[in-house]
Amino acid sequence: MRFTLFHEFGLYGTLLYQAMRSSLESTPYRMNLFQEFVKIGYESIPIILLTGVFTGAVMTIQTAYQLGNAFIASSIIGSIVTQSLLIELSAVISSLVLAGKVGARIATELGTMRVSEQIDALESMGLNSVSFLVVPRILAGMLMFPVLYVVAAATGLTGGLLTGVLTDTLPAFEFMKGARMFFFPWDVLFGMIKSIVFGFIITSISCYKGYYATGGAEGVGQSTTQATVLSCMYILVADFVLASLLL
Amino acid sequence: MNPTLDANSPAETPSEKTLIQVRGLSKSFGSTVVWNDVNLDVYKGETLAVIGRSGCGKSVLLKHFNALLTPTSGDVLVDGVNIFELDYVGLRQIRQRFGILFQGGALFDSISTYENIAFPLRVFTTLSDAEIRDRVMEALERVSLAHAAERSTAELSGGMRKRVGLARAIILNPEVLMYDEPTSGLDPQTSDEINDLIVALSESLNVTSIVITHDMHSVLKIADRVVFLHDQALHWMGTVEQLKQSNDGPLRDFVRASEYSLA
Ligand SMILES: Nc1ncnc2c1ncn2[C@@H]1O[C@H](COP(=O)(O)OP(=O)(O)O)[C@@H](O)[C@H]1O
Ligand SMILES: [Mg+2]
Repeated sequence: MRFTLFHEFGLYGTLLYQAMRSSLESTPYRMNLFQEFVKIGYESIPIILLTGVFTGAVMTIQTAYQLGNAFIASSIIGSIVTQSLLIELSAVISSLVLAGKVGARIATELGTMRVSEQIDALESMGLNSVSFLVVPRILAGMLMFPVLYVVAAATGLTGGLLTGVLTDTLPAFEFMKGARMFFFPWDVLFGMIKSIVFGFIITSISCYKGYYATGGAEGVGQSTTQATVLSCMYILVADFVLASLLL
Repeated sequence: MNPTLDANSPAETPSEKTLIQVRGLSKSFGSTVVWNDVNLDVYKGETLAVIGRSGCGKSVLLKHFNALLTPTSGDVLVDGVNIFELDYVGLRQIRQRFGILFQGGALFDSISTYENIAFPLRVFTTLSDAEIRDRVMEALERVSLAHAAERSTAELSGGMRKRVGLARAIILNPEVLMYDEPTSGLDPQTSDEINDLIVALSESLNVTSIVITHDMHSVLKIADRVVFLHDQALHWMGTVEQLKQSNDGPLRDFVRASEYSLA
C-alpha cells in the first residue's frame, strides 16, 4: 500500500513536472486552451448560478434561525451571510460541485483517449501529449475558477438578499447595510486564491487519473470516480491548510 | 533463449538495407515480464509480420519501435541512431517517419473524419486549407473512403475506422507503416480488402511495413518475413517460405490453431 501511494505521488509529480516544462507555443495547444476556457468556464455558469442562489438562500434562512429572537440588529444577518459566502461557501461549495462536473469530464475524456490509444496516436505523430492535453486543462482551471467564484459569490449574495426580502426576514437595505459593515476586500482575495488552488487541484488530479487510466471502459469509470473523490478530499484538505496559513 | 534462425536467414543481409535494429530488448511492467532479449532487424521496403498469441506482447513490441514505450533494457536503433537517447525534437523527427494504424483506429472522437486526417497537416505543416483538402481527399481515396469525409467518427463501422486510421497514418508520408491487428474484429471479406490495401500501399508508397496479426491468412497474403513471439521471447524468425516448412513445435501449434492449412 505504501509503495502504491509513493508510486502515485511520483507519477503525479512527473506529470506536473512535464506539464511545467512544456510550453504553449504552437497553435493547436492554444486552440485547446480556448476550448477549455469555454468548457470549464462558460459551460459551468448555469450550475454555478444554481449553486450560488441556493447557497445564499439557505445561508440567510439558517442564519436568521440561528440568531432566533436574540436582540441583535437584523442587518447582522447580512454581515454573516456575506462573509460566509465570500470566505468559504462560494469557493468551496462551487468547487465541490465542479469536481463532479469538470473533474469527471476531464478524467473521462483523457481516460477514454488513453485506453483507445488516442494519446499514443498523438505521441506517434510527434506531438507532446502532456502539453497538448494536460497543460491547457490545468491552466484553464486555474484561470476560470476564480471567475466562477466571483459569479458564485455574486449570485449567492443576490440569493441571500432576495430570500431575506421574500421571507420577510429583513429588508434589502438592512441586508446591504450589514453586508457593507463587514465587507473586507481581503475576503474576496482570499476566496479567489482558494478557488485558484481548487481549480488546480481538480484539473491536475483529473488529468492525472485520466492520463494514466488503464483497463478499458471499466478502468476509465474507476479513474473518473477516483478523480472526483480525490478532488473533493483534497479540496477540503487545502481549504483547511489555506485557512490556517492565510487567516 | 535464442530465436531459431532457419538456414539462409535474411539476417545475413547487408546492413545498409537495415532500417530498424532491435538489440537485447526486454520489457517488464512491474514484476510482469512481457518478453526478454529480443533481437531483430527490419529491412527497408519489406513487410514484416509479427505473430503470436493474444497478450504475448506484440503491441508492446510495436510501441518500442518509435519509443511510445521505453524498454526495461536494450536498444532500438533507427538508421543507426538509438531512439531512447534522443531529445524530444530528435524523437519527433523519428516518430514522423512512422505511421501507425492502431488496433481500434484510435480516431479522435471529438472531431470529424475529415479533421482526423487533416489533423497532422494542420499541426505540423503550413499548408493552406485548399492544399490540406487535396491531401486529405487523396489519402481518403487511397483507402476508398472519399464519400465518408464529412461523417462523424461515431458513424463509422469497424472496417471504416481502420481505413480512416490508415489514411491518417499515411498523411505525413511516413517511411514505415505499422499496423496493429489490422484485420481483427472484421468479417473475412473486409479483412481481405484490408490485406489488399496493405499490399497496395506498401507498393505504391514504397514503405516498409510491420504488421501485427494473429491471422495466418493475412500473413501469407502480405508478409515477406515473419517474427513469432512465444513464451516471453522472440521464438522464431524467418521468411514465409521457411514458415511453411518449419518444424518448430510451438510455431506449428500456433499455425494449426489458426485453422489455416498451409498446403
Ligand atoms: N501499460 C501497461 N501496463 C501494464 N501491463 C501492460 C501494459 N500494456 C500491456 N501490458 C501487458 O503486457 C502484455 C502484452 O500486451 P500486448 O502487447 O498488448 O499483447 P498483444 O500481443 O495481444 O498485443 C499483456 O500481458 C498486457 O497485460
Ligand atoms: Mg495487441
